[in-house]
Amino acid sequence: MLTAQNGESFKIGDVPRLPPSKFRQEILDGVGRGLRISALFGIQQENRTIGLFCVLAHDAENKLSVLSTAVTGRFESLTPDCPQAHLFEREIAEQFEVVPAGHPWLKPVRYPGGTPFFSARGEELHEVAVGPVHAGIIEPGHFRFQCQGENVLHLEIQLGYQHRGAETLLETAPAHRAMVVAESIAGDTVIGHATAYCNVTEALSACAVSPRAHALRAVALELERLANHVGDLGALCADVGFLPSAAYFGRLRGEFLNMLMDLSGNRYGRSLIRPGGVLFDLHPRMADDFLSTLNRAGREIHSAADLMFETPSVLARLEGAGTVSEWACRDLGLVGPAARACGWTIDVRSDHPHGAYRFAHIPVSTVSGGDVYARAMVRRLEIERSIHFLESQVRDLPEGSQDLRNTCGARPPRRMAVSLVEGWRGEITHVASTGEAGEIQRYKIKDPSFHNWTALSLALRETPISDFPLCNKSFNLSYAGHDL
Amino acid sequence: MINAWNVLKTRLRQGHRTTAWPEEAPTFPDRFRGRPAIDGTKCPEGCDDCEKSCPTQAIRFDPGIRLDLGRCLFCAECVNACPEGAIRYTADHRMAARNREDLVLAGNGAEMRLAAALDAKMKSLFGRSLKLRQVAAGDCSGCALELQALNNVVFDLGRFGIQFVASPRHADGILLTGPVTKNMKLALQKTYDAIPQPRLVIAVGACAISGGPFRGSPAVLVGADNPPAAADPLPVDLYIPGCPPHPLTILDGLLRLLGRLESGGGHKL
Repeated sequence: MLTAQNGESFKIGDVPRLPPSKFRQEILDGVGRGLRISALFGIQQENRTIGLFCVLAHDAENKLSVLSTAVTGRFESLTPDCPQAHLFEREIAEQFEVVPAGHPWLKPVRYPGGTPFFSARGEELHEVAVGPVHAGIIEPGHFRFQCQGENVLHLEIQLGYQHRGAETLLETAPAHRAMVVAESIAGDTVIGHATAYCNVTEALSACAVSPRAHALRAVALELERLANHVGDLGALCADVGFLPSAAYFGRLRGEFLNMLMDLSGNRYGRSLIRPGGVLFDLHPRMADDFLSTLNRAGREIHSAADLMFETPSVLARLEGAGTVSEWACRDLGLVGPAARACGWTIDVRSDHPHGAYRFAHIPVSTVSGGDVYARAMVRRLEIERSIHFLESQVRDLPEGSQDLRNTCGARPPRRMAVSLVEGWRGEITHVASTGEAGEIQRYKIKDPSFHNWTALSLALRETPISDFPLCNKSFNLSYAGHDL
Repeated sequence: MINAWNVLKTRLRQGHRTTAWPEEAPTFPDRFRGRPAIDGTKCPEGCDDCEKSCPTQAIRFDPGIRLDLGRCLFCAECVNACPEGAIRYTADHRMAARNREDLVLAGNGAEMRLAAALDAKMKSLFGRSLKLRQVAAGDCSGCALELQALNNVVFDLGRFGIQFVASPRHADGILLTGPVTKNMKLALQKTYDAIPQPRLVIAVGACAISGGPFRGSPAVLVGADNPPAAADPLPVDLYIPGCPPHPLTILDGLLRLLGRLESGGGHKL
């Protein structure tokens, strides 16, 4: 296997090309040793050959391993021995004319309709179909429940309604267009995906980014995390009918969006991050305003969160709801707060640090239990830690306002780069490879939701269907990020 | 008992937070990118730097400079590309329009025509109570988030008698976000058909209006106003540009449609 660090580029030719059986065995051995599949994808090659590439994350040793194989027609599926691979293999089968033989549930990922759902039969069983258009202001997706009375036996989630062809656009569109597409992969994760896109672009063209620009990217990434985590706590309160904290968190979420607007002119941070650095600086006067807002909002969040976590009727609804076991979490390779709520200590910011995170560490927040309560509590802890991190970054921004954005040179041919970013939902992975003329030959995006949607299915098992909104909100996954 | 005391104490600490708009003018930070203003007289002969810099071809010369708010993502590219400062962003959040062509700004100093109110019959139906059903058809969720934000205590949509509802059967109109993916075409059509007539269509965001960054992708049908010949275009009553539009931009558009804002912005009940 080729060993690389997060944000490094390497020659495609240096990635070992193993026979399919050896490729499969190496992944199984790696996952057996505790590595995670961060990305597994195909690249179209001559004739009808598909190059399969796998990026394994070695969290304990802060490194990535990359390996590849070439397949045509059929290859032996990893999924029966390695459930982490299940959706990646379905995606490969959908994007290329290859079949992972032995895959237990080989269905399209992003082309709904035409394939049957898993169904259970029996006198007392019934089926509930929801979506793609849902009751609230949320994205479209289809949920198919197999129920016995109120109890859910199985939930199958069929997405794809949001598929806009983002990967193809990133491969074919001119650079200024590709940048705005990257910002629109998931509208609540503008900074996360834009950072991953720029890290990959900069790695391919060997472009250096100034320490101040790196720090401002980290500031924006944490503001994005804060806005979303605070909003999620409010949404959880709303779903259990606890309106006081729902209202407070709903308003406090806006404080962080407005800070992003102060910095970038847009509430979601659009146009801040560009290849080579950032477009906007944080002036000393703005930094003072940021510090006082962080201080005030931090105290107000604390009081709203105390109220939430000390109200017995709230806790009664959160505790024990939608539990995901620790073994399921590892088997599926969950990421982000959902994994940390199962007690798994993984976080790209400390395992594979990039940019400012190489110099300033954020302690990883974990809670055990794997239920809605644990996922809420992880968010609460991360909110506090992000605020502390922001205060220290904003107070001591590196010097260098004059070179916030450097120019990126031409991309050399036949290289590949991998970038991991800890978005607020978890690990975002972008992989890009260049062709003969340095053009983008393949652009692979993996949103954390790609790993975590299956966890929602598992969380619903043996749970009343009326708890679905609560469980769903506790993950708050992206449809657009999954569908691309 | 102790908990009830905590609820009251926290309530007092959190205070009253609803914005004073529309009675008072809204405030935006210096860098806020509201409606752009163009001064075509500053354009040097033969210069098309802004046109080349625009990621969504929102700018064109015919022969004077034109900027299409329906395509504009409100990014900073054209402003940075222009050597003469002919394009700048103002802090004006108002930019919703009733007609597609009203979204095209000219560089000759002409005022933008903001959305006019519905006719008297429609206004009497919807003016004091408007229920809308949102459909995301390939949106990145940015526009949906700003629509959700309208429900929070700051913007408090409910005080204007406007409400987002769960069922199209309860709705007076549809709020469309996203470039209409092929995979959502059927669901969008069914939702629209389920809304009782007369019904409104409101396109929110660059994607719904023109396809936004996804215009031209084979997976999308390019927004509400310009689908391929095979698809029936939805008759759009109100266009709200932005990527995503600020919540006050959306609110301003909705209230203008209902005839509840004076031209200056003051609230008329």
